[in-house]
Amino acid sequence: MKKLLLGNEALAQGAIDAGISGVYAYPGTPSTEITEYIQHSKTATELKIHSKWSVNEKTAMEAALGMSYAGKRAMTVMKHVGLNVAADVFMNMAVSGINGGLVVVVADDPSMHSSQNEQDSRNYGRFAMIPILEPSNQQECYDITKYAFYLSEQLGLPVMIRMVTRLSHSRAGVEIGKRIVQNTIRLPKNPHQFQLIPVHARNGYQHLVDLQSDTRESSENSFFNSYIDGPNISMGIIASGIAYNYLMENFDDDDCPYPILKISQYPLPKNLVKKLFNKCKKVLILEDGYPFIEEVLSDYFGESKKIMGRLTGHLNRVGELNPDNISNALGFDVKNTTEIPKIVSSRPPELCIGCAHRDLFEAINQLKTENSDQQVFGDIGCSALGVLTPYQSINTLIDMGASITMAKGAADAGIHPSIAIIGDSTFTHSGMTGLLEAVIENTPVTIIISDNSAIAMTGAQDSSASGRIVNICRGIGVDKNHLKIITPLHKNLNENIDLIRNEINYKGVSVVIAQRPCVQLSKEQKDRLNGLKTASLN
Amino acid sequence: MKTNIILAGVGGQGILTIAAVIDTAALDCNLNIKQSEVHGMSQRGGAVQSHLRISSKEIHSDLIPLGKADIIISVEPMELLRYIPYLKKDGLLVTDSNPFNNISNYPELKEIYAEIKSHQNSILIDAKQIAKDLGNSKATNMVLLGAAASQLPLSDKSLEQAIKTLFERKGERVVAKNLEAFNKGKEIATISVS
Repeated sequence: MKKLLLGNEALAQGAIDAGISGVYAYPGTPSTEITEYIQHSKTATELKIHSKWSVNEKTAMEAALGMSYAGKRAMTVMKHVGLNVAADVFMNMAVSGINGGLVVVVADDPSMHSSQNEQDSRNYGRFAMIPILEPSNQQECYDITKYAFYLSEQLGLPVMIRMVTRLSHSRAGVEIGKRIVQNTIRLPKNPHQFQLIPVHARNGYQHLVDLQSDTRESSENSFFNSYIDGPNISMGIIASGIAYNYLMENFDDDDCPYPILKISQYPLPKNLVKKLFNKCKKVLILEDGYPFIEEVLSDYFGESKKIMGRLTGHLNRVGELNPDNISNALGFDVKNTTEIPKIVSSRPPELCIGCAHRDLFEAINQLKTENSDQQVFGDIGCSALGVLTPYQSINTLIDMGASITMAKGAADAGIHPSIAIIGDSTFTHSGMTGLLEAVIENTPVTIIISDNSAIAMTGAQDSSASGRIVNICRGIGVDKNHLKIITPLHKNLNENIDLIRNEINYKGVSVVIAQRPCVQLSKEQKDRLNGLKTASLN
Repeated sequence: MKTNIILAGVGGQGILTIAAVIDTAALDCNLNIKQSEVHGMSQRGGAVQSHLRISSKEIHSDLIPLGKADIIISVEPMELLRYIPYLKKDGLLVTDSNPFNNISNYPELKEIYAEIKSHQNSILIDAKQIAKDLGNSKATNMVLLGAAASQLPLSDKSLEQAIKTLFERKGERVVAKNLEAFNKGKEIATISVS
């Protein structure tokens, strides 16, 4: 019987069945459920597949590469912006190549449902010159993941699987196949493969360039790329990943009259593309994310008018695709639908009732009334909701860890008070290096670590920071007289304001840890935290 | 046969329980399913929805096209109206009447009710109260599911079996309460749809 799985879960099951020995990841919407599925899988536990959360995406990917070096299959998983954090190792491991199969799963978020941008990871895949797989449905998520490990070992390269939100978070029945046993330890044959000093890196890069004809050949023959003929050659359609589903939704009984090239493996299969291009008068390109294929096929000055897509206005340039905007691009009549009634108000996300961030923002807002020069640099996670009403406490929100470093730069420019607010997990992910920088110059910044002891926004996963923040700050060199702990509760409001005000008035680095667990934590998680507290006191 | 359902509510209200019952029943009947959900930021008290599609044939899109939803089931009255553009002509609306008021500009309830009732096939019920009267306000969702049941391509028997399967581990009493809530919802629907 088929199993009803999210795209993310189908992918995770595919990885287990491909014989991985470890998954390394940092939570991030829409990628989180992949790792969680493996963490909760009985089979994975029995097989001792590593699945504990990493500190950030870079550490995750490097650990996965280490496992691959040892000859075993490993997977690393992140959201699209997480790949920016891991970009260093990502680019370099394409040059070194891999040993045991290594798959990089990146979940993009077109329309920015839970993200700061809608960058398209296929660009990274092309940049690193590695194969990219882009499943179009849940069954393909499963099948393609198993294939990805095979392909990775066959070519000796890391392989990227690109997901998008709607596929990650949609369920369908999936047929599960057989599981392959894990690799045993087998070190690389060439002892210089992973030694990227220039003399070896040049060889590695030349090899990567030479492999490109193989990666293309693989795409030409891939089971996941298919040319589906149609009688009406006035137009041909290239549909990649999930866009293929939205396309087919527009035709009853799969009866699309136009030739279609369905793409789920890159680099583009040049011969198949050429076949479609030469046969059809026009080519419509459907792809969720950036106009990635379209840019390759368009002529620079847009004079040929043969290619249609996001760059030519046939489809929205930004935001995700859906059956409706593709229907318009196909030239079907615009449907007569009812509008949303005018009385409906928008309902943005908000901090939970009883959330500790609420009490912190209340204090910050009161301090703002005392000194209107106050600037607050925010960070990723639940505390980012301080941008919205009713608090509107935060002036900036850019990337993981930017609160501390931006506050430092602003303080260097003469801003005072310059306050950073960062969550505990975001702090260990990317805030620690910034804190060191501020400590080195004793920059007058007030850094508030809002410690709810969880990676709350993505579902209260365990935070690497739990029970460690004080020691980390001391180790980095924060003056112990300016390392304070407060409990953000309404009854402590005035006391907390006084304490933060004092630290703002100190002309150097202060760290205030606002400590109260996330209200979404389960009882087990709270018990575990209490255990950590006792342990750190002893 | 293809049925498109939109489930609506506010993050944390548990619309996915309704989805899980329908999914389980549909899977049991060997039907194809696609169900998109909202994870991430909006789950924090924001507007959330799920597109649920059931068909005897292959389903391509994870998203329902505009004007193609047969039913919208909502656990909150204003959230129901947010997805009206997806409703097909004469499609069915089922909603709980209790507002979830976590925004400063929540519209007048009377206007919301009037807007809902302006649709021919609408079931506006105090499902929460009904569930409470039955002794388990958590079963609100099953009242709403019951109210929509006659329009689903699934037999009552298969839906009841799915409720049993899903709530089994929570004990017999919870199963019984949810079944009661489901049946009460069905009963009310036959009265309120004219």
